[in-house]
Amino acid sequence: MTAPLIELQRVSKYFGTVIALKEVSFDLKAGEVHCLLGDNGAGKSTLIKILSGVHVPDEGAILVAGEPARFGSPRETLDRGIATVYQDLALVPLMSVARNFFLGREPMRRLGPIRQLDIDYANRTAWRELRDMGIELRDPEQPVGTLSGGERQCLAIARAIHFGAKVLILDEPTSALGVHQASIVLKLVVESRARGLGVIFISHNVHHAYVVGDRFTILKRGRSAGTYARSDISRDQLLHLMAGGKELVDLEAEIARLSTSASSRRKPGPIQ
Amino acid sequence: MLEEPIHMTTDTRDERVRAVPTLSRLLARPELGAVAGALLVFAFFAVTAGGSGIYSAKGIVNFLEISAQLGILAAPVALLMIAGEFDLSVGSMIGFAGIAIAIPTLAWGWPIWLAVLFAFAVCGFFGYLNGLIVVKTGLPSFIVTLGSLFMLRGLTLGIMRGVTGRTQASGLHEYSRDDWITPFFSGQVLRTPVAWLADLGIIGKRADGLPMITGIPMSIIWWIALTLFCTWLLTRTRFGNWIFAAGGEANAARNLGVPVARTKITLFVFTALAATLFAAIQVLVTGSADTLRGNLKEFEAIIAVVIGGTLLTGGYGSAIGAMFGALIFGVVQMGIFYTGIDTDWFKLFMGAMMVTAVLFNSYVRNRAMRNR
Repeated sequence: MTAPLIELQRVSKYFGTVIALKEVSFDLKAGEVHCLLGDNGAGKSTLIKILSGVHVPDEGAILVAGEPARFGSPRETLDRGIATVYQDLALVPLMSVARNFFLGREPMRRLGPIRQLDIDYANRTAWRELRDMGIELRDPEQPVGTLSGGERQCLAIARAIHFGAKVLILDEPTSALGVHQASIVLKLVVESRARGLGVIFISHNVHHAYVVGDRFTILKRGRSAGTYARSDISRDQLLHLMAGGKELVDLEAEIARLSTSASSRRKPGPIQ
Repeated sequence: MLEEPIHMTTDTRDERVRAVPTLSRLLARPELGAVAGALLVFAFFAVTAGGSGIYSAKGIVNFLEISAQLGILAAPVALLMIAGEFDLSVGSMIGFAGIAIAIPTLAWGWPIWLAVLFAFAVCGFFGYLNGLIVVKTGLPSFIVTLGSLFMLRGLTLGIMRGVTGRTQASGLHEYSRDDWITPFFSGQVLRTPVAWLADLGIIGKRADGLPMITGIPMSIIWWIALTLFCTWLLTRTRFGNWIFAAGGEANAARNLGVPVARTKITLFVFTALAATLFAAIQVLVTGSADTLRGNLKEFEAIIAVVIGGTLLTGGYGSAIGAMFGALIFGVVQMGIFYTGIDTDWFKLFMGAMMVTAVLFNSYVRNRAMRNR
């Protein structure tokens, strides 16, 4: 058994008196999608920031490929092949797909004494990489603003993979998307796994997570509520674990009560 | 390295790649409005003032010189605006650069070439300060450079009057005539081909039998060279990519490691240097400097840039467009003169032209951003 790509051992993080994370353990193997689930305020963001090198944990250890690691900055994490795709995606809508793909890492070409952009290479590469991810571009020079939400997400992911990511951290990649758009992104997650990458899929949408996840870790109020393999847990069990089964049952009961009282107050009126 | 990727969708790309029509690509170009506008004003004055000599060699050089002066400013201003910033101090910088050439020459006895280099250095430094303040304080550049607009004009007046006791200086020709640097700014090029064309009768002759023009003024060469350089910079270099990104989505650019602050500061230096170039040409051509020079040039440059299709909000635009914007400016200014319309109407025309251009450009941009 090879060592996990990345592993957190009993990691804690405090912000003043607030316990953001308490003794959370988490690991990711190559070729797996590990979903990190939790409601708002569960500590997902803190965990992402520790994984991506923004925060340094106060307690616990980070291991990369079995070796203890200490990330000084997001740049360092990126250099070790751990790429985070945040919700804002770091895309410039008015610029072309290819220019976005290579922004900050532009391919250059020598022309006598002058160095200039290798636009052809950028266009070809961006187009090919996206095609290999299942995104058919009409034109690599079309502005990113003309892409759909799902396509933009895929562009950001494809870019991370192209520049050597072995671990992808996806922060709510489907949360702002409709069903069809979300399915494009979910396919890409599966594609990344097939390429041998490890994917950390952060979401509060159990339905999306359950489609692609191999393992699920549930965060609740800064603590881990356990890690489950897909074979050991059903979607409903996961949903209950995450939202708190009792809360959901209570909510259902309350909604039922509200709708009955509303319908009793409603009087039949003329049809307009 | 990687395994054969799984294809998720059917392979229909070839038809779709070819499906982008050339026309809609052209319509999505930022320069479109300015090119169309230029053709329109050319046609308009061909009809209304065709016989008056506006399109004779002399007339063409006349309006090209006006366009060139503005165009020299407009190209770097376009880059700065694409990067999402304004420089309202350009006009005052012209006045300051003028006296920065005149005072060392007249009062301190420097050779002209040294005075010109001195002006470039000092103005470049002021541009750097503009950029530094904008980047470090996070204040809108509109406000910061509005401050510089007044400060530089005040500084120009104060220094000039303090040193020379006057607001104007003339007689610089005497010093510049034999200086090696003069031909670069006030000279003419292509004199031989122009003479040939005159001999062939393509370029008309004056009443005394001499050709109407003897060469192409350097300002026009600077204009074209600067526009080509800016276009290359914008579309074919890493720095150009950073300009678009800095104006389009500065945060995203920063997260991807683009040095947004450095990019913007560099462009503020660039606009200041362009203002100095404008001043150097003006001083060496006219042989004089005036503290009021360059007044309102910052806005004229913005008009040319906006007519050229650059977005006021940044992230989109072109230097070629700014060139056509400047061309329209020159043609209209001379055209109104040639048609005999009172030149007072010029500003009304340019203002209306700009508003129309903005409307047109936002329409074109919406087209460009629509799913093709």
